[in-house]
Amino acid sequence: MNKEIALMMQGITKYFGSVAANKNVDLTVYKGEILAILGENGCGKTTLMNMIAGIYYPDEGKIFVDGEEANIRSPKDAFVYRIGMIHQHFKLVDVFSASENIVLGVDDGKKYSIKDVNNRVLEISERYGFHIDPKKKIHEMSVSEKQTVEIIKVLYRGADILILDEPTAVLTPQETARLFDILRRMRDDGKSILIITHKLHEVLSLSDRVAILRKGEHVATVNTAETNESELTEMMVGKKVQLNIQRSMPQNPRVRLSVSDMNAVNEEGVKVLDSISFDAYSGEILGIAGIAGSGQRELLEAIAGLQHLESGKILYQNPKNGEEVNLRDKTPLQIRDLGVRLSFVPEDRLGMGLVGNMNITDNMMLRSYRRGHSMFVDRARPKKLAEDIIHSLAVVTPGLNTPVRRLSGGNVQKVLVGREISTSPTVLMAAYPVRGLDINSSYTIYNLLNKQKENGTAVIFVGEDLDVLLELCDRIMVICAGKITGVVEGRRTTKEELGVLMTRANAAPYENRPAYPLTDDVPQCVESVAEPPVKDFPDAMNRVLMRIKKRGEPQ
Amino acid sequence: MSNEIKKTHEPLFHVAKRDSLSPLKGLLIRVIAIVVAILLCSILTFFLIGTKNPFSLISTLVDGSFGSELRIWRFAKDLAVMLCISLAVTPAFRMKFWNIGAEGQVLIGTLASISCAFYIGDAVPNGVLLVIMFFASVVAGAVWGLIPAVFKALWNTNETLFTLMMNYVATYLVAFALIKWTPDGSSTLGIVEHGHLPEIFHPYLLLIVIVGALTLGIYIYLYHSKQGYEISVVGESQKTACYIGINVKKVVIRTMVVSGAICGVMGFLYASALDHTITTATVGGLGFTAIMVSWLAKFNPFIMIATSALIVFLNQGSSQMSTAFNISSAFPNVIVGIILFFIIGCEFFINYRIKFRKSKGDAEK
Repeated sequence: MNKEIALMMQGITKYFGSVAANKNVDLTVYKGEILAILGENGCGKTTLMNMIAGIYYPDEGKIFVDGEEANIRSPKDAFVYRIGMIHQHFKLVDVFSASENIVLGVDDGKKYSIKDVNNRVLEISERYGFHIDPKKKIHEMSVSEKQTVEIIKVLYRGADILILDEPTAVLTPQETARLFDILRRMRDDGKSILIITHKLHEVLSLSDRVAILRKGEHVATVNTAETNESELTEMMVGKKVQLNIQRSMPQNPRVRLSVSDMNAVNEEGVKVLDSISFDAYSGEILGIAGIAGSGQRELLEAIAGLQHLESGKILYQNPKNGEEVNLRDKTPLQIRDLGVRLSFVPEDRLGMGLVGNMNITDNMMLRSYRRGHSMFVDRARPKKLAEDIIHSLAVVTPGLNTPVRRLSGGNVQKVLVGREISTSPTVLMAAYPVRGLDINSSYTIYNLLNKQKENGTAVIFVGEDLDVLLELCDRIMVICAGKITGVVEGRRTTKEELGVLMTRANAAPYENRPAYPLTDDVPQCVESVAEPPVKDFPDAMNRVLMRIKKRGEPQ
Repeated sequence: MSNEIKKTHEPLFHVAKRDSLSPLKGLLIRVIAIVVAILLCSILTFFLIGTKNPFSLISTLVDGSFGSELRIWRFAKDLAVMLCISLAVTPAFRMKFWNIGAEGQVLIGTLASISCAFYIGDAVPNGVLLVIMFFASVVAGAVWGLIPAVFKALWNTNETLFTLMMNYVATYLVAFALIKWTPDGSSTLGIVEHGHLPEIFHPYLLLIVIVGALTLGIYIYLYHSKQGYEISVVGESQKTACYIGINVKKVVIRTMVVSGAICGVMGFLYASALDHTITTATVGGLGFTAIMVSWLAKFNPFIMIATSALIVFLNQGSSQMSTAFNISSAFPNVIVGIILFFIIGCEFFINYRIKFRKSKGDAEK
């Protein structure tokens, strides 16, 4: 390839605390090409792009623009080097018009004239084939129009290197096709385009080359024409790693939660859940895999009574009396009043699951403070529970009165998971429960989830590490853009299969029933929960689980 | 093109958020701030006013609050009033509902009490009248809190602007009532003869006891009741509140009603124990000062006793200064301003720490 180099990165490394977001990344971008940046969640794509755009500053390494070393300290510097980034979340002033937003912050020394700006905006639009009315206000615009404004904003400042962070995530297929046409035209005009995406078919249809990142490291850059879907997936997910998480066969699985045709839209009117139907069984761990933001959060929140549904049913089979109740559009309180023992470990631990500024005892109370008719809170029981959890899960904390936000990520998670399982749930949902945790804490969490499964709880586990999903879950449901693209057996599937399902647009035929034997008959009046075998389990943890079970009977 | 970018140095100092600070150290910083402020003000007074010695400022300030038995009682009374209004705004503040309408809520409470005494004072015995006045004030204050809360909960209006506007509505209602009640056109209502709280030992003692009981009550409500717990959760994170099934709207409305009702109690006390009359300036801006008192106390009712005392001490001291040095009230106001500036400014050093650039030698180590 004898094209001119537009941008070169050498040995770029960036740490957040002790975690390396990018490690020694080398990347070259040519003029007049579309380079796709591909990788799993949290592999450092956005961090890397942010360093080019001046939002972060690399800890090590050099960036060269047009052969000269560049020191990009802010987005303003980035524009000096003719680099512009279009972020996933738009940064526009709602009450301003398109042109006003575009010219905002531009200081070219010329006299400001909105007429000239309008004309230039139209000129740029014509050149690349945008459709835009420069006088239209942002709040009157659709998502795709807003994106157009963001792109023109960057072009207006004369950017030659454009970075787009998942531009298609918010677009319809028609809008995506139109965007791709525009991007191709820009490429032909000599611009370099870096596009972050998870969607393999888009990578294959649009890009000239693909750079693959995995766990912060640059794996390879290949020519799109010389590769295919399965090769890319393999590079993206990497080789299977043995984790040796214990996994038992589900005992007496029965349908506990039956979700059918669930649909939901977000505030912007984009569909986030699209005809979701699945069953969760007692005594199994159902994994949910998918690129971040594919609807995992909305799915769990819908079940927990926090997300409004357009349509659909969430049927819960009560193991105590065999009754069936619909949880759709119930508040969390109503769900609990129905006798549904539903526990939820949300993704946002300190923002949702816990109150960061409160101490462990007060956080324990979140679930139980309503107990009793007294108008005063009883802090004795939560305090006891807090002590139990600290001892049995080895939570490292200076004391019971320390605000939980001061604890490390792993300890925060132990506190949250400990509280959620202390109510002996019949359904336990956990979103990314091991994110940011060290190995030991992660295994503690896996063991706790397994313990719940053995106790007959239906566990729903949203994970991002495919190796963990493969070893922990009995079944794995894959979702992509709010749709189920497949449900596979955790014991039989492969990482590649999951990778393909995660990045495909439409569903493959799948079997919704597990392959292992089911107990289909009507649940007996009181489900006998067999005491699980205690081997392979740290003694202390066993003790707390027993204690928790004894105390945590519903009010 | 890269020439356009100047090489940047590490700045001389960084401001970093403090992770934690022991309560003792926090107290120390505050004490240092007050001492430095008073020293600075002493020097200023010494040079500008030409007092005999630099410490006369301090002695005058102390004299203003504790110089005689009368002044001590007055100090205690003002402390009780300040504390009562500060307590009233606290539940809403703990919920991060920025209620700056205490002024109006107290005033409307006073108006309700005075109206009762004015219209039915002759007809009912004093004891019954006091009970009616009390409930009228509490309801009036509560309604003044309820209106912005309902709008906030249902349509997410801005509570700060809304409560501020409600102050004006209350003020003009009082102005209207005064015109109606004073046929001579003076718009000055004399002492209303009915509905006085009984005097026990001293005219201010009952007021002080009531506010003391209120402090304890609010403390228990905020720290040990289920509703108080809900207020804290909603204030810290509405997402968490939804997650555990707290009805955020209900809590917002309920808490503002409580806040308004306590303001109403203060309004009742103004009418029955203190002024026995009403003007548009009855509350005199204390509704706004209360915001600062509550903030400085980190919304803790017991610490609020100390912060109220501090503010009242400075106010009393400054008026004493005018008399003692025979100067206009502008200078004492400047002194109070400087001291408050230091007290509030030191919060910056409690929340943040300043890291100076390491010199080259240090960096190499």
